[in-house]
Amino acid sequence: MKPTNEAVITFWSRSANEGFARTAAACFAAQLDPTLDEINDIKTAVSEAVTNAIVHAYPDALGKVVLRLRLLEDNVMEVVVRDSGVGIADVEQARMPLYTTGDAERSGMGFTIMESFMDTLKVRSKPGKGTAVTMRKRISRRRGASV
Amino acid sequence: MAMKCAAEGRELTVAISGEVDHHAAREILTQLERHISAVMPRSLTLDLGGVTFMDSSGIAVVVRAKLRMDDLGGRVRVRSAPPQARRVLSMAGLERMVRFE
Repeated sequence: MKPTNEAVITFWSRSANEGFARTAAACFAAQLDPTLDEINDIKTAVSEAVTNAIVHAYPDALGKVVLRLRLLEDNVMEVVVRDSGVGIADVEQARMPLYTTGDAERSGMGFTIMESFMDTLKVRSKPGKGTAVTMRKRISRRRGASV
Repeated sequence: MAMKCAAEGRELTVAISGEVDHHAAREILTQLERHISAVMPRSLTLDLGGVTFMDSSGIAVVVRAKLRMDDLGGRVRVRSAPPQARRVLSMAGLERMVRFE
């Protein structure tokens, strides 16, 4: 699918940027005239993906997180969250509900939420190289929407 | 994120407002623990009416509250969770552990 628009934002893995990233994604998605529920789904999924990068990819240092937002044909929003951190040795295990290597403020539900709130979720990771999470969601076309 | 706490006898109500994410979670857990230790409540109500956004960090907050109240032999209620927060919390099946009202 060819993109019709794209925005790429790079930010440091500071937790204050979680709110920034999900708000940026929501603003970009606004071009597709989503419903409030659709916007909330995107915000929640982006928050989970970016939090994973901040908590797990760079456990002991600051690193860069790249958020790539694209509008694809057929009203599809694509979100890629990429880091160059420690990577995930076993992606299948990491995606299991309730699985976490984090501490008490993590629930292990991040990937489950991304999967449920978006249409598709792809996780590619190489230990020592980093992780890329790609999610897509088709935004329903509403009467009078101008795209 | 902001928290307000009101205790009536051993009934503790903690109202959380604003955005509940990983960035806010540590502060929420710290304050929650402090209020619970001070009041030693029999009943804890988490009032989420003012929450504008919640991700899975909110699940960790409710689970921690539930575990802490189990220790004290008390119960937890979640009140006025907005639809987005409710949807996130239900992903973890929290309705089976905690009363929502």
